[in-house]
Amino acid sequence: MKILVPVKRVVDFNVKVRVKSDGSGVDIANVKMSMNPFDEIAVEEAMRLKEAGKATEVVAVSCGVAQCQETLRTAMAIGADRATLVETDVELQPLAVAKLLKAVADKEQPQLIILGKQAIDDDCNQTGQMLAALLGWPQATFASKVVLEDGKATVTREVDGGLETIALTLPAIVTTDLRLNEPRYVTLPNIMKAKKKPLDTVKPADLGIDVAPRLKTLKVTEPPKRSAGIKVPDVATLVAKLKNEAKVI
Amino acid sequence: MTALVIAEHDNATLKGSTLNTITAAAQCGGDVHVLVAGHNAGAAADAVAKIAGVAKVLLADAPQFADGLAENVAEQALALAGSYSHILAPATAYGKNIAPRVAAKLDVAQISEITKVDAPDTFERPIYAGNAIATVQSADAVKVITVRTTGFDAAAEGGSAAVENVTAVADSGKSSFVSRELAKSDRPELTAAKIIVSGGRGMGSGDNFKLLEPLADKLGAAMGASRAAVDAGFVPNDWQVGQTGKIVAPQLYIAIGISGAIQHLAGMKDSKTIVAINKDPEAPIFSVADYGIVGDLFEVVPQLTAELG
Repeated sequence: MKILVPVKRVVDFNVKVRVKSDGSGVDIANVKMSMNPFDEIAVEEAMRLKEAGKATEVVAVSCGVAQCQETLRTAMAIGADRATLVETDVELQPLAVAKLLKAVADKEQPQLIILGKQAIDDDCNQTGQMLAALLGWPQATFASKVVLEDGKATVTREVDGGLETIALTLPAIVTTDLRLNEPRYVTLPNIMKAKKKPLDTVKPADLGIDVAPRLKTLKVTEPPKRSAGIKVPDVATLVAKLKNEAKVI
Repeated sequence: MTALVIAEHDNATLKGSTLNTITAAAQCGGDVHVLVAGHNAGAAADAVAKIAGVAKVLLADAPQFADGLAENVAEQALALAGSYSHILAPATAYGKNIAPRVAAKLDVAQISEITKVDAPDTFERPIYAGNAIATVQSADAVKVITVRTTGFDAAAEGGSAAVENVTAVADSGKSSFVSRELAKSDRPELTAAKIIVSGGRGMGSGDNFKLLEPLADKLGAAMGASRAAVDAGFVPNDWQVGQTGKIVAPQLYIAIGISGAIQHLAGMKDSKTIVAINKDPEAPIFSVADYGIVGDLFEVVPQLTAELG
């Protein structure tokens, strides 16, 4: 069984982005870029399924600029067997990415696609569900446990207030949540090995997909600043302030 | 121009998130219809009918909707989508699961987690963990939207809409419900609570979270946690407040042993009053807190509990 793992190149989670002074976006020139953390969990999960003998091949795919190759090399250093980059300089929105991934899935015919529930840059939380809809496949979003057995996937999901378990026929889509696993550290020998693994590149036009953005960003602004308050010396003062000043208790 | 809201409910009762979504839908400028897809969900539909501003309730009642499976609920929304200019769902685990499927099938973009409606085609939404606010305009014929509940007031009661039964779409047959394990708690739900007591890595262990319980009891508060505390395995994931967890805006948020990473601030900085208790005077949490106490939480928290009488 083949698993497809889409990965996104995003601003590293440790970077605090700055809004450009002209309001056209955020300044990401010269900031550290990394694999979206939830996608890293997705690659790790695919590898664990392969190592457990449930899958035979793990293929990573990314959509975006040429530098996404680095992200794909990271995926292959974790263990993916090979990778595909759908290369474009156009700003990609989730619907366009879902269409590109559908085209790749049509070609690769995986039984399972695992990807992050959300990218930490645009915070959209859409791509997995959109891809599932376009493929006509079932989905299990926000997964904290995945079991493959008897031709189906049984997935435990993080929902508001607790956990929910659903069963999906294959092929299916799983999107990862935080507690699914803890990704392994990438070792130097594996980084070297990843450099030799096959990485092919296609263009959206080769796949016949129109990736033009549907949403126009009119402006990007700083959120309202919350100013620091005061430090109080003791608990009695705090309670008095909460009662008389803030009036919240 | 009419908006369709996909209601979040558990068949018997309506979830509060639906009320905020109805308010956002009303701001899109037209009538508001609400889809209740459930099983034996008459009570939930009746509850929606009483909400002010709702013109019509569409009830799709069938066994395949009992557990809110995304494949079936999305298909039901699509069956009705033809006559609507806007389709909205709450940006909760429930709504986020369904809305993108609807958008993709309609071949339109989804606008996620809106916090403001500027115009029927223009919306504001936070990006990069709330470090920037994007104003986006959609040229698509139908706007599919998820609504950040803290951005909109809850719609109040005071309506008397008709409940219309609609033909249920067939079961997709591709997914099935197995089980649900909801935490049983007498405390209010995190996203609906007026007061939240939240712990971070500074708590040191899951056991130490027990220290926060008497305080939460006295305040009638919900309990939350930072991602660091969830990552460390101290508490369950559904306690997580932050960019990738729950977004909350209570009257009072008490952050205990939480340093204040940007991912956590993204989830709570719209709270009315923030209190921080941390031994590190330089912790970033103090930069957003209205009141801070620098000290050992293991001393301060019991004192605070006692002081509240």
